Amino acid sequence: MSKTVVIDPVTRIEGHAKISIFLNDAGEVDDARFHVVEYRGFEKFCEGRPFTEMAGITARICGICPVSHLLAAAKTGDKILAVKIPVAAEKLRRMMNLAQITQSHALSFFHLSSPDFLLGWDSDPAKRNVFGLIAADPDLARAGIRLRQFGQTIIELLGARKIHAAWAVPGGVRSPLSEEGRTWIRDRLPESFETITTALNLFKTLIDQQLKDEIGIFGEFPSLFMGLVGKDGKWDHYGGHLRFVDSAGTVIADGLSEDDYASFLGEAVEKWSYLKFPYYKPLGYPAGIYRVGPLARLNVCRYIGTPKADQELKEFRDRAGGVPTSSFLYHYARLIEILACLEHIQDLVNDPDVVSPRVRAEGGVNELEAIGVSEAPRGTLFHHYKVDEHGLIQKVNLIIATGQNNLAMNKTVAQIAKHYIHNSDIPEGFLNRVEAGIRCFDPCLSCSTHAAGQMPLHVQLLGADGHVIQEVFRD
Amino acid sequence: MSVKTLTIDGTAIAIEEGATILQAAKEAGVPIPTLCHLEGVSDVGACRLCLVEVKGINKLLPACVTEVAEGMNIQTNTEKLQTYRRMTVELLFAEGNHVCSVCVANNNCELQDVAVQVGMDHSRFTYRFPDRGVDISHKQFGIDHNRCILCTRCVRVCDEVEGAHVWDVAQRGAACYIVSGLNQPWGEVDACTSCGKCVDACPTGAIFRKGDTTAEKVGDRAKLEFLVTAREQQQWTR
Repeated sequence: MSKTVVIDPVTRIEGHAKISIFLNDAGEVDDARFHVVEYRGFEKFCEGRPFTEMAGITARICGICPVSHLLAAAKTGDKILAVKIPVAAEKLRRMMNLAQITQSHALSFFHLSSPDFLLGWDSDPAKRNVFGLIAADPDLARAGIRLRQFGQTIIELLGARKIHAAWAVPGGVRSPLSEEGRTWIRDRLPESFETITTALNLFKTLIDQQLKDEIGIFGEFPSLFMGLVGKDGKWDHYGGHLRFVDSAGTVIADGLSEDDYASFLGEAVEKWSYLKFPYYKPLGYPAGIYRVGPLARLNVCRYIGTPKADQELKEFRDRAGGVPTSSFLYHYARLIEILACLEHIQDLVNDPDVVSPRVRAEGGVNELEAIGVSEAPRGTLFHHYKVDEHGLIQKVNLIIATGQNNLAMNKTVAQIAKHYIHNSDIPEGFLNRVEAGIRCFDPCLSCSTHAAGQMPLHVQLLGADGHVIQEVFRD
Repeated sequence: MSVKTLTIDGTAIAIEEGATILQAAKEAGVPIPTLCHLEGVSDVGACRLCLVEVKGINKLLPACVTEVAEGMNIQTNTEKLQTYRRMTVELLFAEGNHVCSVCVANNNCELQDVAVQVGMDHSRFTYRFPDRGVDISHKQFGIDHNRCILCTRCVRVCDEVEGAHVWDVAQRGAACYIVSGLNQPWGEVDACTSCGKCVDACPTGAIFRKGDTTAEKVGDRAKLEFLVTAREQQQWTR
């Protein structure tokens, strides 16, 4: 008899979701679905607000990556004003985004995922968390927490608060970096480099040994990858243009502007999830599956542009023997990106422009429609606004990184479930592996549905006739 | 002018005839919370936050519009008054759409300050979530009716200090709202001199400078006081 397993809620991710695993009559996994079960409606209630408030409002979508929305909204606002922002403002915005990527990636790796790697997939769920990690390896846990603090503190030094700093505004930013802030960043950089080097070495050892098989099981499939790249295909997180590459590393579309996103990105809707399913339009749905985020950014770029990170990127590609396509390698890519961020922060902190007082351009409403793009830690983020002649928002569309990974997350969950689950008697550790498939993407469901809350997990095992055979809930 | 003697919270005070209880309390160093009161313009007793108890009078009186009388015994901070003041602030929050976290006046808002002062951490009343609009048709300024508490400071400062009388109050009761000109978009009102006094007078983020983002509004109330002092006492230094 066919069955369905439901994992609800999914834990150690940001937001609410559940997973359904469908078993056929033979007890084998037929399919698995990742459902996002929350809804907030930001796109609707922003209507009627002045566009200048959008950075402050949309940053409230998320407490983990408010900077991403802040920057995308500010960039969209720049285009409504039709101004070129001061050089210093762009460098400062870049610095805040680098700090944001650092803190968010550190949170994903150390706080949310490393308990699985270091304590074991099958270890006691009550201890398989950051507190268990603190007990097992206090030095690593402390270093990880302090690395996240490094990123958070830079955000605070720039925007006066760690979370929801309404600092980036249409036309630039509100204030430059202070000399005291500069000194603090310089002083703390060596420790952060040390931590990320340790984490990279640790992860490489893990994937050479106990986590070797996971690479082939956790979302290993061909897909397109999309991300921003700068000139010459340099890794970028703020400016540049959009590029798609395939699993062979072939650039299939390049030089794409965010202004034309509707021509190459479609958004499909499924009745079982509040999260939309973006796809690459020329290939249709669902064949146009593409991934965004750390793995995609490293796959679309030609080089990173900083010595240590470029060395790691080369090793990353050499180990994969080409384009790394396993979703498990998101973790690895995340660590390389932290290193890249630290090196770029090191360059920026010594740049005289970051203390320049000329950080904000002014203008009126010169464009009635604008699209801004930025790389959030989880991938490419689009904000699309239409305003009236005075600047009141008429229409909003937000395309969030996590949503763009939706097809890939579903595929990953199905692949893991098919590998580990062969009948309705499922050990908890197997369900944890299914959840961990989601954690590879470090999804932020609060953002992706513009919705609120922690992310609990609900796994349902459903029979072929649709009845629930087994359910696992976790708050 | 004769002098009246009275006590406020047990403190004896003498003040000239015609002064309000609010002025007398200020003289005596007794703080009374206010929202619609603004130094330099007339008082209207709109917000009811400055209600006080006067011995022998069986109702609460607004300190800003009640003149002192000989022998008055005034209490400004009884339990009853604290209860009423908190309720008044809760009603103000429930009546409009006040979202401090993304408001231009966050951290620089008299409504927010008063809420802290009266110990309001939440409103016990059901929020009305009224459907109100935003007018940013003026070149420099905007008005967000969601954040308006109908204190009418803008109406008075524009009429009495600037002399332009751009603002007025339309409708009645819960439907009341501030209008510019003859209920025209602000940007189309010829009478407006774009002086910005209403921005400085507004106690919340309802009237703001266009382009202001979260917590960026800084209302310069001292500027209004300076203008009044300059005009009335010929003191032209700040």
